Amino acid sequence: MPVPDYSSDEMMTVSAARALRDGITCFVGIGLPSAAANLARATHAPRLVLIYESGTIGAKPDRLPLSIGDGILAETADAVVSVPEIFNYWLQPGRIDVGFLGAAQIDKFGNINTTVIGGDYAAPKTRLPGSGGAPEIAASCREVIVVVRQTLRSFVERVDFVTSVGYGSGPGTRQRLGLTGAGPLKIITDLGVLEPDPATQEFVLTGLYPGVSVEDARARTGWDLAAAAELHTVDPPSAAELTALRGFTASAKE
Amino acid sequence: MAEIVSLAEAVALAVRDGDTVAMEGFTHLIPFAAGHEVIRQRRRDLTLVRMTPDLIYDQLIGAGCVRKLVFSWGGNPGVGSLHRFRDAVEHSWPGPLELEEHSHAGMANRYVAGASGLPFAVLRGYAGTGLMAEGMASVRPITCPFTGEILTAVSALNPDVAIVHAQRADTSGNVQLWGITGVQKEAVLAAERSIVTVEEVVPHLDPRPGSVVLPSWTVSYVAEAAGGSRPSYALGYYERDNDYYVAWDPIARDRDAFRRWLDTEIFGMAETMGGR
Repeated sequence: MPVPDYSSDEMMTVSAARALRDGITCFVGIGLPSAAANLARATHAPRLVLIYESGTIGAKPDRLPLSIGDGILAETADAVVSVPEIFNYWLQPGRIDVGFLGAAQIDKFGNINTTVIGGDYAAPKTRLPGSGGAPEIAASCREVIVVVRQTLRSFVERVDFVTSVGYGSGPGTRQRLGLTGAGPLKIITDLGVLEPDPATQEFVLTGLYPGVSVEDARARTGWDLAAAAELHTVDPPSAAELTALRGFTASAKE
Repeated sequence: MAEIVSLAEAVALAVRDGDTVAMEGFTHLIPFAAGHEVIRQRRRDLTLVRMTPDLIYDQLIGAGCVRKLVFSWGGNPGVGSLHRFRDAVEHSWPGPLELEEHSHAGMANRYVAGASGLPFAVLRGYAGTGLMAEGMASVRPITCPFTGEILTAVSALNPDVAIVHAQRADTSGNVQLWGITGVQKEAVLAAERSIVTVEEVVPHLDPRPGSVVLPSWTVSYVAEAAGGSRPSYALGYYERDNDYYVAWDPIARDRDAFRRWLDTEIFGMAETMGGR
C-alpha cells in the first residue's frame, strides 16, 4: 500500500496518540493533546479513559471538543463532578496515569511556561493565558507527556516563567519539592520524540519522523540538543490513523 | 429567600462600584447577560474573580469596569488569546489591570474555603512554580501539624457578589443546574450576595439526577434571562456557539472594533436577556 501524504502536524498528533496505552486514565489538556487523546481512543485505545478539568470523567466525544467544557464531554461522560472534586479527589491523590499537556515554551528539563514571555512578570512582552490545571497535572499525574510544536521560540534553554514543573533544575528537584508524579517522560513534537536522559534528566532526541534529520531538530532547539545512541525512526501515520484524524478535524469544522 | 426580579434590578441592587465580583460557569452556563448588564450600568473599579475569564471578562475589562483580576486561565478556549485582557496587561488599556494569578486547583480550593467558612484551604500544588515565587499574598507554604509535610495553603475567596447562570428556578427562587457545574455552588455559598440568572422560572423543580440545587435562602436575587449564557451554552437548552468564540477574536484585537461592538451590542441595547 502506498504511504499517504500527511502534514508534520498530523504526524505529531498520530505520534502523540500512540503514546497512550489502551485502558489507562488520561488527564487531557485542550488543543493538541485533546486531538491526540481522542485519536488514540478512536484507533488503538478504545478503553482509554479521558478526564477533562471541567469535571468530566470518561468522556467519549465523537467529535473534537473546541474547549475542555463542551457539552459533548458532559453528555458522554461516565461521571460529571465539580471542579473542586476533579482536582482534589481525582488528580491530587495520584489516581491518573498520564497527564497530557501542551506548552508555549518548554526547556531542556521539561519545565513548561504558559504564563508570560519576555520582560518580567509584572510587565511582560507577551501575556499568555496562564496555568489553568497544568501545574497540578504536571505535579500529580503518574507521568506526563507534552505535545508541542518544535521551534526556536518554544524550545528554550530556560523558560521565562515556570508555570508547570518538569525536572526543575535537574536530578533531585522533584523529590525536594514533594512532587508525587514521575514528571515528563516524553515531549512529542512535529519533528520527533524527546525523552529525558536517565542520568541528567535533560531531554534528548530519541525518535525522528521520516525525512527529518538530527540537524533539522537541532536547528529548531534553543539548547544544545543531543541525540540518543539508539535513535529510531517513527513509523509514518497509517491510513487508518489518518482517516480517523481527518474525520475528527472535519467534524470540528462543521 | 431569593427575590425574583428583573436582571437590571438585580445588578442595580447587588453590584456596587469597587465590589469584588465572581461570575462563574466553567465553559458551560457562563452568565453573559448579567455581565453585559454590569457593563451597561457602568460599574467601575471592580475586582473580578473567575477561574477562566473567557470572553465575558475580556468584555468587562475592555469596557473599563475592572481594576483587578483574580484568575487561573485567561484565554479564548480553542481559539487563542483574550486580546482585551492582553491589551490591559501589556499596554494598560483602557487602564492598568492588577493581577492575582493562580492555578485552577488553587482557585477551586479558595472557593471551597470561602464556602466552608475557613480562612484558607490546603492542597498539594504550586511547589516550584513561578506562581509561588511571585510571592502572592494568597499562596503560602504550610506545615502539616500531623505529619510535618510541607503543603500549600491558599487564602479563602469571599466575594461581595457571586453571579451564576442556571437552567431553572422555581417561583420560590430555588435554583437547579446540571451538566458541568464547575464551582458555581461554592462561589454562591462563599459570597455575601448573589445573583442567579436562569433560562426559565417554572412552577415546580422536577428532581434530576446529578443536578445541583441552591435552596432559595442561599441566593439573593433570581432573574429570568432566557439565552442568558449565550455564546456559552445551557445543557438541555442550547449549544455553545463556537463560531462566536472564533468571531470574537478580530473584534477584540482592535480597539475601535471593540468600541463599536460595545456601542452597538451593549449600550445600544436595553437589557437584552442574553441575545446578542
